[in-house]
Amino acid sequence: MSLKIVVLAKQVPDTRNVGKDAMTPEGTVNRAALPAIFNPEDLNALEQALRLKDQHPGSTVTILTMGPPRATDVIREGLFRGADDGVLLTDRAFAGADTLATSYALSQAIKKIGMPDIVIGGRQAIDGDTAQVGPQVAQKLDLNQVTYVTTIESVTDGVITLVRTIDGGIERVQAPLPILLTVNGNAAPCRPRNAKLVMKYKRALAPMERPADGTLPYAEEYDKKPYLNVTQWSVADVDGDLAQCGLAGSPTKVKAVQNIVFKAKESKRLTAADAEIEGLMKELLESHTIG
Amino acid sequence: MANHYTDHPELRFELNHPMMERIVELKERGFRDKENFDYAPLDFEDAMDSYDRVLDIVGELSGTIIAENAESVDLEGPHHVGDRVFYASGTARNLDAMVKAGMNGMTMPRKYNGLNFPITPYTMCAELVAASDAGFGNIWSLQDCIETLYEFGNEDQHSRFIPRICAGETMSMDLTEPDAGSDLQSVMLKATYDEAENCWRLNGVKRFITNGDADLHLVLARSEEGTTDGRGLSMFIYDKRDGGVNVRRIENKLGIHGSPTCELVYKNAKAELCGDRKLGLIKYVMALMNGARLGIAAQSVGISQAAYNEGLAYAKDREQFGKAIINFPAVYDMLALMKAKLDAGRALLYQCSRYVDVYKALDDIARERKLTPEERQEQKKYAKLADSLTPLAKGMNSEYCNQNTFDALQIHGGSGFMMDYPIQRYYRDARITNIYEGTTQLQVVAAIRYVTNGSYLAQMREFETAEVSAEIQALQTRAAKMADKFEEAVNHVKDAKDQEFHDLCARHLVEMAADVIMLHLLLRNATVAPEMFAKSARVYANFVEAEIAKHHTFVMNLTPEQLADYQPA
Repeated sequence: MSLKIVVLAKQVPDTRNVGKDAMTPEGTVNRAALPAIFNPEDLNALEQALRLKDQHPGSTVTILTMGPPRATDVIREGLFRGADDGVLLTDRAFAGADTLATSYALSQAIKKIGMPDIVIGGRQAIDGDTAQVGPQVAQKLDLNQVTYVTTIESVTDGVITLVRTIDGGIERVQAPLPILLTVNGNAAPCRPRNAKLVMKYKRALAPMERPADGTLPYAEEYDKKPYLNVTQWSVADVDGDLAQCGLAGSPTKVKAVQNIVFKAKESKRLTAADAEIEGLMKELLESHTIG
Repeated sequence: MANHYTDHPELRFELNHPMMERIVELKERGFRDKENFDYAPLDFEDAMDSYDRVLDIVGELSGTIIAENAESVDLEGPHHVGDRVFYASGTARNLDAMVKAGMNGMTMPRKYNGLNFPITPYTMCAELVAASDAGFGNIWSLQDCIETLYEFGNEDQHSRFIPRICAGETMSMDLTEPDAGSDLQSVMLKATYDEAENCWRLNGVKRFITNGDADLHLVLARSEEGTTDGRGLSMFIYDKRDGGVNVRRIENKLGIHGSPTCELVYKNAKAELCGDRKLGLIKYVMALMNGARLGIAAQSVGISQAAYNEGLAYAKDREQFGKAIINFPAVYDMLALMKAKLDAGRALLYQCSRYVDVYKALDDIARERKLTPEERQEQKKYAKLADSLTPLAKGMNSEYCNQNTFDALQIHGGSGFMMDYPIQRYYRDARITNIYEGTTQLQVVAAIRYVTNGSYLAQMREFETAEVSAEIQALQTRAAKMADKFEEAVNHVKDAKDQEFHDLCARHLVEMAADVIMLHLLLRNATVAPEMFAKSARVYANFVEAEIAKHHTFVMNLTPEQLADYQPA
């Protein structure tokens, strides 16, 4: 059975390699100083999608991302690894979205793409760490959802079998399609970019990325090869309600930003005795410092 | 995240050499593939952009997954179970990543699912992979055996075997036997024709076979009964799917632990002839070895780079007497020379690979149509240049690789002798580079004819007329004086008219030639990109000028009468 799969992917600042200029003096993320990357757990999700495509010939994998025109990088990275096509949701009216407005926009786009069998994304993005967008998209599309997925074992007769991480272990789940999945960072890493696909798709562009002065290199290729034209949708294209998009549709308000400085307040001296170590472990678990 | 390609701009510099325009033109033949293959380039710039992007992928894989697995691969090594070899788990993951990235059969035509890359960017990939794990580099880069099958096999063999290599199946070249190492004329593995089954059968033993449990083997075997020399040997293709070759043992080696070195037993193994009978050693193995030697030169440069990086990082980090040790002349002297050798050796490697590219692309065109007289001339010229530089590139880079890992370990002091730092692995891995695919001593044998026939001297004299920047001018003049000393030493040896004396001096003469040629290549690079190469060019000039004087003094003071002092009693 061939599957229609949509991968939710986000371009994020690379917060894993933070230098001293990573934050502005106002305490916000200095996006200019951080390289923009494919959100790591979305890459894990893409790998799961591509594996399903390998196992179910005829399946299609579509990358869906919302962001400024340069977020098309995420779509190209997906194409280089085996995705079939991509959709860039871009519009000034989408800007400033919190998770609610983001999931609204994504769900509208998915409706326009046409209901997939599987919507799959990373558990969370490294810039916000909310893990809310996946579940909210499922809610808006009235889809079943399974979070914290590490392995998809099979899809047979409309039923998906997968393994998810839970507190203290794993859980094996079966669920009917269609479904939305969020994938954990401990799932298989994404396959590398493929040489032939990179050469095939390297010039793929969203309309808004084209040079404004009309000097597009190899312009005639874009007519000959439709796959070089990345689909780009605005709020209107997805029948979006402006009141639910971007800043207007975002009830989340940042009231204040607090800088947290870790300071040693007290110290304890322990011996290496088992009982003392066990006591410390219990204390750390109770205070949620670890675990 | 480390990317060995973008972290070392010297590679991109070599990729952008002006000769690439001709190479791409020959390789792409009017860019005719663009109609049939969505990944084929549209023009020269497009092709170069594709090479650059593919190198970026390999640089990333090398800097991440292959680098991360290197230590565990070194500790685990391959496993010999039953009659088969199983790679270390990290090796298997590396191979899987490279196959998924589509980095197999890189130089093969697109109609067989290859990338149709020239040898030069392919060789750069080999350098990048070896910089992280030289042992894995062997497994991956043995794919270039397919070049020989493509050159000498028939069309039916092409269509059956090449797509499998492009899909990621591995190769080996089964040449060495217990009594036939450097002396391949003594190969005994027996090939007999099986009239009933209409195929060849192989029987015997091969030893020291790298990746000996590969999917596809090129095998050198004696097909002509009653013969004892190279003229009785033919080249065969053995397909593991047919069975009949077992791995009796794998070797426990000093280095390149990731690369399984196998002893193979052939029991009536079904095989097919590649090319013509009796040309196995004389023609096909020579072609195979030339490709493999370029591969080892690339591996050597990769290890050299990795060792230099380790030495540099340690010297910056380690403090003694109140300052980082890199600030002591004794230490920065070593680092400057390491870098100079690295830059010079790399320049030679890619000059050689570009020569190979031109003549091989013309060879390939000749399979389709008759070459024009100009093209035939070009083909001959570059084939000769490539043949002359290949033993220098392999010989010098593998020696430099050993010297650089030695010095990088020295910079680590006592810590370098511990198994805790990566430098010990590079040091061990380097040791094979000047042994396999022909020892340095055999590279001298291959190179000496270009000393005596004046080919190297002619190359030097031509380099002397190249336009260089004003800052480099003085170095070019010094290089010309070095060529004079080389010429004088060569004449001294020739005039003696004594073969044994000639052979004893050969190493010195070949090294002199290599030193001067590498200096000229580095001067050219320093003219184009002084910020990257000017320092190395000056350091290297100082170094080789002293080397030339040393060799010159040795040779000029030596006479055939002194031979007895060197000869065994």
